Amino acid sequence: MDRATLATIWFLIQGVLLTGYAILDGFDLGVGILHPFVPRDDRERRIAMNAIGPIWDGNEVWLVTFGGALFAAFPEAYASVFSGFYTAFMLLLFALILRAVSLEFRGKMAGGGWRRFWDWAFFAGSALATGLFGVAVGNVILGIPLDERGNFTGTLLGQLNPYALLVGIFAIATFAMHGALFLYLKTEGELQQRLETWMWRTFGVFLVTYLLTTIFTLVLVPRTADKFARLPWAALVVVATVLAIANIPRTLYWRKPAQAFASSCATIAGLLALFGGALFPNLVTASNDPRLSLTIHSAASSPRTLGIMLIIAAIGMPFVAGYTAVIYWTFRGKVRLDPHSY
Amino acid sequence: MDVVWLSRLQFALTIMFHYIFPPLTIGLGVVMVWLEGRFLATRDSLYETAARFWTRIFAINFAIGVATGIVMEFQFGTNWAAYSRFVGDVFGSALAAEGIFAFFLESGFLAVLVFGWDRVSPRMHFIATVMVSLGSIFSAIWIVVANSWQQTPAGSHVVPMLRDGVPLLAGGQPVTRAEVVDFWAVVFNPSTVHRLIHVWLGAFIMGAFFVMSISAYYLLRRRHEEFARRSFAGALLFATVFSLAAVISGDLQAKNVYRHQPAKLAAFEGRFATGRGNLSIIGLPDEAAATVHGEVAVPGLLSFLLTGDSRATVLGLDAFRPEDRPPVVVPYVSYHVMVGLGFAFVALTLLACLLLWRRRLFTTRWLLWVFVFAVIGPAAANQLGWVAAEVGRQPWVVQPPFVRGADGEPIRDAAGFLQYDGGDGMRTADAVSPAVRANQVLASIVLFGLIYVALAALWVYVLDHKIKEGPAAAPGRPPDEGLVAAAVSVSTHADSYTDLGRGPGK
Repeated sequence: MDRATLATIWFLIQGVLLTGYAILDGFDLGVGILHPFVPRDDRERRIAMNAIGPIWDGNEVWLVTFGGALFAAFPEAYASVFSGFYTAFMLLLFALILRAVSLEFRGKMAGGGWRRFWDWAFFAGSALATGLFGVAVGNVILGIPLDERGNFTGTLLGQLNPYALLVGIFAIATFAMHGALFLYLKTEGELQQRLETWMWRTFGVFLVTYLLTTIFTLVLVPRTADKFARLPWAALVVVATVLAIANIPRTLYWRKPAQAFASSCATIAGLLALFGGALFPNLVTASNDPRLSLTIHSAASSPRTLGIMLIIAAIGMPFVAGYTAVIYWTFRGKVRLDPHSY
Repeated sequence: MDVVWLSRLQFALTIMFHYIFPPLTIGLGVVMVWLEGRFLATRDSLYETAARFWTRIFAINFAIGVATGIVMEFQFGTNWAAYSRFVGDVFGSALAAEGIFAFFLESGFLAVLVFGWDRVSPRMHFIATVMVSLGSIFSAIWIVVANSWQQTPAGSHVVPMLRDGVPLLAGGQPVTRAEVVDFWAVVFNPSTVHRLIHVWLGAFIMGAFFVMSISAYYLLRRRHEEFARRSFAGALLFATVFSLAAVISGDLQAKNVYRHQPAKLAAFEGRFATGRGNLSIIGLPDEAAATVHGEVAVPGLLSFLLTGDSRATVLGLDAFRPEDRPPVVVPYVSYHVMVGLGFAFVALTLLACLLLWRRRLFTTRWLLWVFVFAVIGPAAANQLGWVAAEVGRQPWVVQPPFVRGADGEPIRDAAGFLQYDGGDGMRTADAVSPAVRANQVLASIVLFGLIYVALAALWVYVLDHKIKEGPAAAPGRPPDEGLVAAAVSVSTHADSYTDLGRGPGK
């Protein structure tokens, strides 16, 4: 395979990894965002945490693998983005550690103050991580100033622009809805009834922020619209995403929660496909001079490395898919608290 | 303070804190596989009780290991962008393999390990334990491959970077990077195998001493004695074999370091001047005076260990250009303490084996007290070994090869110094992120410092709690299933927290 084909394949693999991460860790993070609002007592909070207990760890590996694959396949983009968003990434690490630790340690002691503290830490870590992902996506859509070597030349304040913050709020709303739909599947009784209200509420917030984000993206970043005019298949993704979004209230109304959750997964996949399509073939768009943008060609590793990694991925991915399925199957159904639970 | 120094400090802080946990999980993983294997073979419920107990301990260590490990992966890009651009093509394949083959395996099956006791059959649970253990062992492979390539690059070449078919220039200079030529030569570069074996042995020793520490504590407190005796004896066997193996592996590795990184070995051994190699046993190097103060050395022993000839010449730091010399104090001290600890493990485990054979081990209380605290030894040795390896490689982040003639021998420059082919490597000072400012790094160091102090306190607190709680009988089983299991469950009840949370909580 030639260099361009390999680079395109790896762009798609990055997209698959990021989409996998957003769908899987999305509901984990959403459960964390809803944590102070939906469950009311210790037993309900434990049910919420144990709904994601056995799987959040594996879900987060998608992010780790996305980062590792970006390093390997597009080292130039990895170096530019990670050093350019230095402070944001440090805060993200802080949030992810806080979240992991609060899940692990909350159940290790029985005190009321101990558990309250970790409940808030779990919420704060989840909301901060989600918001930062959104802010990062927003900035990537807008583009960032780069020098001739691909290094970020802007300021931290420039990254906290209103558009990026809007995408951050949109991300929180999306994952909150996704988490509510997931939690509904894993719970029963009074907690599940309360979730029904929350599914509608979070969907409402999602819809408003989705419309705002779409409008502002088209107004502020006209090249996204130009791109869709040139790529006819992109129109299909737009239509499919809108249909998936519309299917959420429809299936909620007809009480088909599994379909609603599947629609939410499809919505996230559609949104990320649009994000990837708007970006392609850039990985990092230089806002100061388009010629300095890092594309999948200029940022890629050598064809030999891309080929080797493709072989590694081809060997590894079936295993990953296989035992991910086994693990989700083992922990299927409603949450039952047992002595091994958090 | 400059960005390079601060970034190095942050890397040291985060990697050293992280590296408390991987050796523990690798070592404990092997212990768990052994215990569950014994349980499947004998159906003796004491083994199951023990496996469940060590799994709980394992899970706590694993959680912090994962949380602090994500930091490591991001940090190459955040703090070392120039380095990431230079090594990404080579280094990336190893990291990608690690993610796909090791991380997914570990974190996926960990769920079954921790939450699956009552959901899957004992056989399936055993398979999950084997998978988690294999995952942790695999992860060591790819990390050591990547790091070893930095020490002794092979299978790659440094070429100008092309952008749209023309060489990329920055400030008028062509930009270069390392690219893979032969993947398997990268994987099996000259130092991989030696270093990997040493890292594994270090982890196994760590796991065994950890088990012995907790078991010795139980024996001294006269709690869970049958459990503690079996755990201790099994771990002692592992620790003895691996401690002896580590001495042999260390000797082979030192020879290999001298062959490929003679400046590093000179720093380890405090050899400032080229000449007959005396083995420095103790002392304090002084770089300014180019001497080791208060040194006790065995004449010719270093020459003998490295070459088999006690009169052979060993290269000292004076064979290298001043700007190419590593610092000496830190590598010398950390290397010597590590080697000293290694011999102490051999002495301690052999003594304990002797007493076990004489059936006096479990009544020799002073020795049990030594074992309670001896776990600090392997933890320190694992850290110090890495400190020596990484500081000894300075001033390079990727060490270049020597300039060699047609006969393969290094060519010396006009002043008689060995010359590195600097363009094929990278200096640490050139490796940091140009986009990052010193105050940003300082802020993140403070942030990590605070989180890690809190994490460490939490870890000790929860671990202490779990150890006091002890290996309670497997939940859901009638206490009369076996005499031993019954005894264990009765003996734990008085001082456990089971009554606090065993109903709905924990």
